[in-house]
Amino acid sequence: MGFLTYLINGLSLGSIYAIIALGYTMVYGIAKMLNFAHGDVIMIGSYAVFMTMANSGLPAVVSIIIAIVICTALGVIIEKIAYKPLRKATNLAVLITAIGVSYFLQNMALLIFGSNPIVFKSVINWKGITVAGLTISGITIITIVTCIIIMLVLTWFVKNTKPGQAMRAVSEDKDAASLMGINVNATISLTFAIGSGLAAIAGALYCSAYPTLTPYTGSMPGIKAFTAAVFGGIGSIPGALIGGLLLGVIEILGKAYISSQLSDAIVFIVLIIVLLVKPAGILGKTIHEKV
Amino acid sequence: MKLLKNVTAPTQKLIRTVAAVVLVYILMEILIAAGCISSLIQGLLVPVCTYSIAAVALNLCVGYLGELSLGHAGFMCLGAFASAYFSKLTADTIPDVPRFILALIIGTAVAALFGFLIAIPVLRLKGDYLAIVTLAFGEIIKNVMNVIYVGKDSVGLHFSMKDQLSLGMSVDGKMIINGAQGITGTPRQSTFTVGVVLLILALIITSNFVNSRTGRAVKAIRDNRIAAETVGLPVSKYKLIAFTLSAAIAGVAGVLYSHSLNSLTATTNNFGYNMSIMILVYVVLGGIGNFSGGIIATTVLLLLPELLRGMADYRMLIYSIVLIALMIFNWSPDVQKWKAVNGLTLDGIKARFSKNKEVQ
Amino acid sequence: MKKKLFSLMLVASMTATLFAGCGSAESATEGAATTEADATTEAVEGSWKIGGIGPMTGAAAVYGNAVMNAAQIAADEINAAGGINGYQVAFNAQDDEHDQQKSVNAYNTLKDWGAHAILGTVTTAPCIAVAAEANNDRVFMLTPSASSPDVNVTNGYDNVYQVCFSDPNQGTASADYIADNAIGTKVGIIYNSSDAYSTGIMTTFVAEATAKGLDFVDPEAFTSDSNQDFSTQLTKLQSEGCDVIFLPTYYQENSLILNQANSMGYAPIFFGVDGMDGILSLEGFDTSLAEGVYLLTPFAADAQDELTKNFVAKYQEKYGETPNQFAADAYDAMYIYKAALEDANLTPDASAAEVCEALVGNMSTLSVDGLTGTAMKWSTDGTVSKAPKAVIIKDGVYVSAE
Repeated sequence: MGFLTYLINGLSLGSIYAIIALGYTMVYGIAKMLNFAHGDVIMIGSYAVFMTMANSGLPAVVSIIIAIVICTALGVIIEKIAYKPLRKATNLAVLITAIGVSYFLQNMALLIFGSNPIVFKSVINWKGITVAGLTISGITIITIVTCIIIMLVLTWFVKNTKPGQAMRAVSEDKDAASLMGINVNATISLTFAIGSGLAAIAGALYCSAYPTLTPYTGSMPGIKAFTAAVFGGIGSIPGALIGGLLLGVIEILGKAYISSQLSDAIVFIVLIIVLLVKPAGILGKTIHEKV
Repeated sequence: MKLLKNVTAPTQKLIRTVAAVVLVYILMEILIAAGCISSLIQGLLVPVCTYSIAAVALNLCVGYLGELSLGHAGFMCLGAFASAYFSKLTADTIPDVPRFILALIIGTAVAALFGFLIAIPVLRLKGDYLAIVTLAFGEIIKNVMNVIYVGKDSVGLHFSMKDQLSLGMSVDGKMIINGAQGITGTPRQSTFTVGVVLLILALIITSNFVNSRTGRAVKAIRDNRIAAETVGLPVSKYKLIAFTLSAAIAGVAGVLYSHSLNSLTATTNNFGYNMSIMILVYVVLGGIGNFSGGIIATTVLLLLPELLRGMADYRMLIYSIVLIALMIFNWSPDVQKWKAVNGLTLDGIKARFSKNKEVQ
Repeated sequence: MKKKLFSLMLVASMTATLFAGCGSAESATEGAATTEADATTEAVEGSWKIGGIGPMTGAAAVYGNAVMNAAQIAADEINAAGGINGYQVAFNAQDDEHDQQKSVNAYNTLKDWGAHAILGTVTTAPCIAVAAEANNDRVFMLTPSASSPDVNVTNGYDNVYQVCFSDPNQGTASADYIADNAIGTKVGIIYNSSDAYSTGIMTTFVAEATAKGLDFVDPEAFTSDSNQDFSTQLTKLQSEGCDVIFLPTYYQENSLILNQANSMGYAPIFFGVDGMDGILSLEGFDTSLAEGVYLLTPFAADAQDELTKNFVAKYQEKYGETPNQFAADAYDAMYIYKAALEDANLTPDASAAEVCEALVGNMSTLSVDGLTGTAMKWSTDGTVSKAPKAVIIKDGVYVSAE
């Protein structure tokens, strides 16, 4: 009984990690960069939903669509200004710029929205279902379903559409892709647009589950989702879902059965063990080195 | 100058860097004595040394070993706590100078030991996976530090990982490490002089290391691991040595940090991934593999938010914009091309000046 | 090569800024005061300079901003009423990002500015670091909210006084209140194991609870890195049968805990400390969740006395938010400075060290009325004699639980 409750709690938390990890893994898979600002785009998305829904009284679906538009635009602008000039520089340079962007978004939000936390109004009013005394909340079910839908759509998109195939080509080899007539810059911009749009959805769901919103809301889930993405094999879209769910379950079970003080340490220890056994994550491809 | 010609190029570079550090040190001391330096700048001297050492440590790992570590703040944390623990424990029994030297050795040794232990599994991984595992270790260290309770009473030392009460100390007991409240009242012995001496030591050690036989092997492994393996280099051993040394130097930075502040706690800001990333920023901005560049970048980025204090609410916003701009200015291929065309490179400027001289 | 050029340029600019420090002290002071337009009153010739230190950016920004806003309101009021001993007050707020090192930097900035005394720092660990410096320099500190005894008593810093009550004070009072009033039969605790404030109160609570024979289960922890999901801690306490949960944590986390307990259908009595204050004015918070919550607080934003009403109205007008107890403590702190400086009969000609000696001498003789207590008195170790009072939330307002 206790165990099942913990397991469901773990899945709730994990589904949130998973939906953030999807955006992370998408950008990493194509552009090969760790976008540390992803968590902060999520925060902006949450504020956008809050502003349009709670303050302007728009229905949830409309406000999420507005947030998606805002985040997509934001993602494309960030990519154009901060990342594109460094496309040919070392990966580390882009990583550092991403950190600069992350600070920028946090401090911008601090100036606009202030430091006081806001209690987010849930976009989902469904209480959930109860089976044999165990309640699975509506937000958990909807998050998991959303994750699966996004995962399927993304997989289909990358496999079967022209822009998707261009993305895969860019991911394999940028130079070869451009020789094949693929517009590498446009493709990477598209990747950022999709990743940031997903961040808006993730933000709405994240803040519905854990309803305090501050300018720093995005940073920790960002790191956790990064961990989840690595867990599942960074770059792998189904891996993000599996990694996210596993991370959530491990965190909750660790807290419940080992030590609530050391829950962060437990999560990271499990991560290290997984990576030592499967050095590219659970579903990651091991790239063989050319001699 | 003739003297310089007899030594190798890397040594010349080291001598120049050390000379520059010494020069800045002497200049600062003179200005302080003359009362020209504000308290703010004086207060920043030790942090600049601390993070410069940390940047040197990480530069060894990123620039020469070629592995991205996001956990160096964790090694700083270990060095800081181990040395502060020792200093606090023996504050009444050992005189100042030998105690600090012992604390330094202990802090460095503990960081090196953990660096060694962590390197064994970590270095089996590659690229971003290695980065995330070092980040994970850094977070584990921080998390564990927050639940360590050590107290001392007439009976002896008490240790717990639960809370203060489970130590079962008698009334005269004194907390040494108090969980999240950390260590309070470490003797403050990190002066600017100590910081500069340690920075110079770190520079000499790393510079000698990267130009030694082992260091050259490490560079060979970085550039082509398979080729290095083929010629029979024990790859794992060399990587292990370099990573351990890097962790040990980060430990030195930790010792300097803990002895410059009265209150030592392990938070996300000072020993979490945030700080690891900040140290990486210093390294990348200063130039990967360039020790002196790292020191300059550290100085700039530490002073920048302080000098921006006048901007009040916009301070951190401007800081982030400057950070992005610096990165683009320093790394973007387009900007570099533009600078070359307009003669704004060092060579270009030198050429311009020498021409002027000829005319005169 | 480009990097070298870049480094050279930077070195040049750094040197320039270093020498900028060599300018006359006067011009430096003016610069600091005028650029801080947002948070500072213009420092006119011969005015009192009070420096504030606290987190204004970063995750703890909400506490620092509350303190700086309220201190500024108090300074404006004092100035409008003729100042302290006839001299105007300039307040200069410096950000420390809730970090020890940055806090010392902020302190040094204020020292360069020529601060007579420090109002801060807001959070505990940075306060200990700054206290060591200030004790060395003989600069007086009055912290509105750093509640650990480590900031003064344990380390013997005679120059650091507190406006808030201390951690041991709160932990003990909470345990006593729960035991004496038989609030519940079994107590659960959820605390932040990575936060000095929270662990400090938890420790003293557990000590007193043990002494009182209170039935409590092992404290459950969370860390600042995972402070969103409390379902596990709550499930554990629920299965242990706890009917009271003690929360020595801040209202941000508490609002999540209340929310999650509610959605689990778990309804124990929640008992918070002063960090709980502020939960009712949280934007968008469903106050019915906080119904029946006990907390220890020195301040209630909806109290009906003139002083509170005036302060809350001014704060809302200026910043569009309802002030919390951090703000109230800071407002009091500024008035405590007024009382102490007037009692010592000082003028701004006095150096920081002279102010420090005078206030260390007279703080224990003062009795100040403020928002957070009437007739506040201090002992010579710097702690305030404010008895933590328990209130209960009924219909969205605080009601005395005595």
